[in-house]
Amino acid sequence: MFRRNHTAVAGLLLLLLIMGATLLGPSLYPIDPFEMVWAPLSPPGEEGWVLGTDQLGRDILAGLIHGGKATLLVGVTAALISVFIGVTIGALAGYYGGWVDEVLMRITEFFQVLPALLLAMVLVMLFSPTLTTITIAIGVVSWTAEARLARAEFLRIRELDFVKAARTISSSDARIIWRVILPNASPPLIVYAALITGVAILFEAGLSFLGLGDPNVMSWGLMIGSGRQYFLDAWWVVTFPGIAIFLTVLSISLIGDGLNDALNPKLRER
Amino acid sequence: MLQLVLKRVLNAVLLLATVLVLNFTLIHLAPGDPAEVIAGEMGGATEEILAAIRQQYGLDQPFHIQLGRYLGQVLQGDLGYSYYFNTSVIGLIGQRLPATLVLVITAALLSIVTGTLLGVVAARRPNGLLSHFTTIISLVGYSAPVFWTGLVLLILFASMLPWFPVSGMNDILLKNPSWWIQVWDVLHHLVLPAFTLAIIYIAQYSRLARASMLEVLGADYIRTAHAKGLSADRVVYKHGLRNAILPVITAAGLQFGNLFAGAVLVETVFNWPGLGSLAFDSILRRDYPTMLGILFFSAFMVTVANLLTDVAYGVADPRIRKR
Repeated sequence: MFRRNHTAVAGLLLLLLIMGATLLGPSLYPIDPFEMVWAPLSPPGEEGWVLGTDQLGRDILAGLIHGGKATLLVGVTAALISVFIGVTIGALAGYYGGWVDEVLMRITEFFQVLPALLLAMVLVMLFSPTLTTITIAIGVVSWTAEARLARAEFLRIRELDFVKAARTISSSDARIIWRVILPNASPPLIVYAALITGVAILFEAGLSFLGLGDPNVMSWGLMIGSGRQYFLDAWWVVTFPGIAIFLTVLSISLIGDGLNDALNPKLRER
Repeated sequence: MLQLVLKRVLNAVLLLATVLVLNFTLIHLAPGDPAEVIAGEMGGATEEILAAIRQQYGLDQPFHIQLGRYLGQVLQGDLGYSYYFNTSVIGLIGQRLPATLVLVITAALLSIVTGTLLGVVAARRPNGLLSHFTTIISLVGYSAPVFWTGLVLLILFASMLPWFPVSGMNDILLKNPSWWIQVWDVLHHLVLPAFTLAIIYIAQYSRLARASMLEVLGADYIRTAHAKGLSADRVVYKHGLRNAILPVITAAGLQFGNLFAGAVLVETVFNWPGLGSLAFDSILRRDYPTMLGILFFSAFMVTVANLLTDVAYGVADPRIRKR
């Protein structure tokens, strides 16, 4: 099914292309993205600098190639953290119910009423912006929807016959949660995880744009943020890094759509 | 119904109290000395000055006393005094709130109306031109960083085609304008930021509206309406839309917090003088009282929005009241 879905395959190819450029690019195009190579704010194409230079005369193409690593690394790791927290909390709340559910859902509500990006900004500023704190901050603020989804699935599945069967042969709670229920609950959780990855990448970009990223690591958001004052005279400084972020998130959401079609066949006709 | 509302309100109050305590604790746990932040604003400090500042702001007290004092203040409607802006936090919020409300409410209405209409049209003609347009809008809305969309719109519609102003909310060059010129001026400044903020939600709501419309159009009462001989438009817009819009309204209510967080980025791009840019400034300057105040205030707004959504939904759908 996945292979038959053209847009999902297009998304996958696009993502592979971006990852390839990010991983292999720096060795094929070994220009330091922090180094001044030509006159500042030169338009694309001048003197062989294909995408032009920024306000400090740095090569924008080099920025794009080197900047992808931070964005992808932070986005994917943060999404993993977020999915891990969300699924654990949702699974425990849905499986045990009662006071466990009550307490865990209160914690979830706490994170839900605070605007996620704002909380991430505060966390990053308080604990100084490094790739690690940014990753953790994004992971910590973005798990609530996944937790609610996991809880709903666990509530539904724990009443089904095969779970009761597992209980009668006295499987441990841990085994029932992770080995019996989770595999059956996973399709919507996986689809949502793709969505979270896209959001995490946008968060990383937003934080770097605001100057709350790691200043020593080149990233697409940082390029837009630092070139922001010059966008009226030099459109290329902010436009190209934005296209890179857009295409990355687009590829992931196309894959997410494809997974959704493949894993949730009931929704396919929509 | 009344009992349900009371229970929800009580829950909300408890939740907000938790938000206050946890945020205060979080900021206390973080590395860094607030006294140095305050001293930094005044330009360098010796150890004596730092000690004096700590005493003045009560920072030398043990944690639980500081927390207790803060909670007492908040109960009296006082969110403290800004280190950076040298004025009361509640006053600052009051000053910046109108601009944010104008931006956020316009964006919310714009996205609900446009999103629903696009979704309905897409549901009626799944292969039509508008349906494909809706798909493209929703892809852009989901995938493009909002601050970048804003910058691109500025490049296109403020620089290449100079139709809209580049930044701010008012034209400071206007001399003694009449009230309608002022309103017109604000609207003129509002177009690009509101659309930038709305586009994410247009994407989400058009998808939601499309899915729920497809479901509703398959329902029996729609077939009945058709069988009665009503015109197709009447069936879709009167009988269909009314039921299909509920999920959009719910989503819009629950999205309020995200809309506000999005405003932080949009206000920064457009220099819009609202709460979002205040939040950003306070975080950058480590102005803890303002930071705490804005976090609490946004949690408060989100809670109220959620409560209203709950109640509105209960009124609209009698089945929910029984739970």
